[in-house]
Amino acid sequence: MEVKEVNNNINATPAYTAKDFASDQDVRWCPGCGDYSILAQVQRSLPSLGIKKENLVFVAGIGCSSRFPYYMNTYGFHTIHGRATSVATGVKCANPDLSVWIVAGDGDLLSIGGNHFIHILRRNLDVNLLLFNNRIYGLTKGQYSPTSELGKITKSSPYGTIDNPLNPVSLALGANGTFIARSMDRDPKHLQDMVKRVSEHKGTSFLEIFQNCNIFNDGAFFLYTEKDTRLDNVVYLEHGKPLVYGSANNKGIKLDGFTPVIVDLNDGVHSINDLLVHNEKSRDLAFLLSSFADRPGYPAPVGVFLDIERPTYEEQLYSQIEAATAKKGKGDLDDILKGTTTWTIA
Amino acid sequence: MSNNDDTTLVGNNGNNHNKIIKEIPSVTIRFAGDSGDGMQLTGNQFTDTAAIFGNDIGTLPDFPAEIRAPAGTTYGVSGFQLQFSSSEVYTPGDELDVLVAMNPAALKVNIKDLKKGGVLIVNSDSFELKNLQLAGYTTNPLDDNSLDDYELIEIPITKTTLEVLKELQLSQKAAVKCKNFFALGLMYWLYERSMEKTVSWIDEKFSKDPLIAEANKRALKAGYHFGETSEIFSGRYNIRPAKLPSGTYRSISGNEALAIGLVAASVKSGLKTFLATYPITPASDILHYLSKHKNFGIMTFQAEDEIASVTAAIGASFTGSLGVTSTSGPGVALKTEAIGLAVMTELPLIVINVQRGGPSTGLPTKTEQADLMQAIYGRNGECPVAVVAPCSPSDCFNMIFEAVKIATQFMTPVMFLSDGYLANGSEPWKVISSSELPEIKINFRTEKEGFFPYLRDENLSRPWAVPGTPGLEHRIGGLEKQNITGNVNYEPENHETMVKLRAQKIANIANYIPDLSVNGDEQGELLILGWGSTYGAIVAASENVRAKGKKVSYAHLRYLNPLPKNLGTVLSNFKKVLIPEMNLGQLNKIIRSEFLTDTIALNKIQGLPFKAKEIENKIEEILN
Repeated sequence: MEVKEVNNNINATPAYTAKDFASDQDVRWCPGCGDYSILAQVQRSLPSLGIKKENLVFVAGIGCSSRFPYYMNTYGFHTIHGRATSVATGVKCANPDLSVWIVAGDGDLLSIGGNHFIHILRRNLDVNLLLFNNRIYGLTKGQYSPTSELGKITKSSPYGTIDNPLNPVSLALGANGTFIARSMDRDPKHLQDMVKRVSEHKGTSFLEIFQNCNIFNDGAFFLYTEKDTRLDNVVYLEHGKPLVYGSANNKGIKLDGFTPVIVDLNDGVHSINDLLVHNEKSRDLAFLLSSFADRPGYPAPVGVFLDIERPTYEEQLYSQIEAATAKKGKGDLDDILKGTTTWTIA
Repeated sequence: MSNNDDTTLVGNNGNNHNKIIKEIPSVTIRFAGDSGDGMQLTGNQFTDTAAIFGNDIGTLPDFPAEIRAPAGTTYGVSGFQLQFSSSEVYTPGDELDVLVAMNPAALKVNIKDLKKGGVLIVNSDSFELKNLQLAGYTTNPLDDNSLDDYELIEIPITKTTLEVLKELQLSQKAAVKCKNFFALGLMYWLYERSMEKTVSWIDEKFSKDPLIAEANKRALKAGYHFGETSEIFSGRYNIRPAKLPSGTYRSISGNEALAIGLVAASVKSGLKTFLATYPITPASDILHYLSKHKNFGIMTFQAEDEIASVTAAIGASFTGSLGVTSTSGPGVALKTEAIGLAVMTELPLIVINVQRGGPSTGLPTKTEQADLMQAIYGRNGECPVAVVAPCSPSDCFNMIFEAVKIATQFMTPVMFLSDGYLANGSEPWKVISSSELPEIKINFRTEKEGFFPYLRDENLSRPWAVPGTPGLEHRIGGLEKQNITGNVNYEPENHETMVKLRAQKIANIANYIPDLSVNGDEQGELLILGWGSTYGAIVAASENVRAKGKKVSYAHLRYLNPLPKNLGTVLSNFKKVLIPEMNLGQLNKIIRSEFLTDTIALNKIQGLPFKAKEIENKIEEILN
């Protein structure tokens, strides 16, 4: 950011700090909620993104995480359950110059709002979509969500859930998303990096964030987020780098036919050269990585699964209008008031 | 009204093979056939041609929900009725003077509406065993004297069309499809109408398929010449141009008028218009029309569902565009929660409901007015919205323009209640020029000083402060707002204040809308109070009753929430008030609850508009 130019150039983005993005409203999440970290990382990331405050719009649906816009000193819209994505669609179409951020929980985005989720991805509006996945319904006090693991005991499933969970990354890939990433509330630096990547990508940028609900689903992701288990259970994705993980960088992922397999780099048989190399441009690889969630014992990939380009919806919307105007000329109201056939009565 | 007895001989004009021309004031025709027979097209062509000639016209397209229902069945029958006249027309006509039935099923379904002595033109080729059975005839009605009450004219329309097109070497299927143009040509001859408009329409429509264009034109002309040369008709009829106010006219349907009205409102307000919608009968034509007019900067968004469409429109309104969503009753049901959000966030939003028969999927292609309660009351919480309703196809233009004015001036959703009959019906419309339309003044808030999202103006309207405006960053949402600041607030007194403010804001619209005007005496024995598409039938019925020397007044509500301020006074000036509606009495209930008036309901729930006669009979029953 060109901090020095601020005073000379009214068009330059001011030198914001994280505080500039905090609203005057008290944050009302439960103490210890993972949402606090996500709010903080977003506020910390924003000053480096070069976006003017008045051009930021945060849109949310319903749920704990959906209170997010109230805590941001930007434009914000706390809409209705499941519909943040479709409200944001209208916002972005009406003014493509805005930087539009959608905040949604797993119930909001994948259950009641599941339909809009797949459609915003296939349309590829240039918006940023943050999924706060805590695998539980928090605001309604502890029912299972569409990402709750099979058999989970909750208030609404005292005998265990019988519905198979959704895999948000696989679903986003299936819906032809162009940017798909994952991060964690308890890895602030990585989360900030991902917020930045999300902002940079042109198109619908989907970021799944593992988020702890310390009241109704405490520790749901501790295997991936806590110091003593993280390194052995998370593989950080980096473009062009082999898939290595483990507390001593001692494990890797290799492809055996169509199947990814975990190999021990200290077994004297495998070396780093045998491993899959991450490629953010490969949808095939992204699908493979997304399937780790369905393979017990596999590490959770964290980072950017996919980052590809496709024309955005709003670009095409406006270019059709421009093309029609170039071809037919700017619409003349009197022409359509008259229509094609008229007659005169004297 | 139609009256064949009132004929005057005007003689032959020398080139009509000595066939006499009778002058009649008006005629009601219905074209009926299979849903794939092109009856809507035929009706629309006749309508345009008669309109260009200068007749006043009312139309009633009536078609099944199935796109191509099995051929020959009664449920696959599609009809198009029109009345054209040398004087002002308010309805598509009650009884038919002429019925054109392309097959036995069309005859079976429609014959009850043909008046005794009326002209019945049938395609005799289609009256074979299979079609007769499909229509449920045990004997051929053309042979069993059951049609003796009518002037039956049997024409082998299919064979004649095929014969005429023989040398074009079309497929049998393609040639048979041209038979509706034969029927149209015949009707043009019978009513002395020029084929010119239809010929140029065919040329344009089939410009990429000159062979089909040629076939249709030949069929059209063959029908015309058939009338001229055959001995079937003893004469022709002439309906003189109507004495309409001078000016330039066009033919316009309700959905078309609505779409053009939206473009006009967009131009006159300077607002970008964002139409977000999900296809649904009978509202889809609005989307089709606006999708074609992108050079006006109109954005159309075909959403994944009804909820996505209304919420996207709300997002656009939040961002300073005019958010519009169009649908029918089932779609409004799905949009209901979102309309509540627009009420809470006090954003302009246009919700168009082209009503159809309900409940549930109901009668998708038939008309009804049963969503009035849904429009006014059908949401959770105290959730007032403005409601307007056009009274004729062309009035859709005026009322959508009004809707945009109200929505933007009062920062509120406006529900626009059209119906299938208005949407698909058409009438001549005196073209207005853009300079006659008022500007719609929009005040976007830009001043930072003293800005609060819910600080209201004299109308109780809150500021429209759109993203991108520096210094006005704020948050809105569906949770209850603190008065003035707009912050989330759950305090009991604040909630009551806000509920009352939202209600009062809508009530204040009554200060802005015109008083209800009464046609006829300002006070008297009987007032007919209507809303929406019943207008034409009410006017026609009233005029018929007046022609008999009786007194009746009528008034028509185009603003349904809030109601005009003088409505109470108007009602109190009459001993009796009759409210005809295509529902079980929804306006009737509202009027009774608002004004404690002992009104009389007249209800028709058949998916069809009122006939003038039905209202006329009720008026006479009350007056006697």
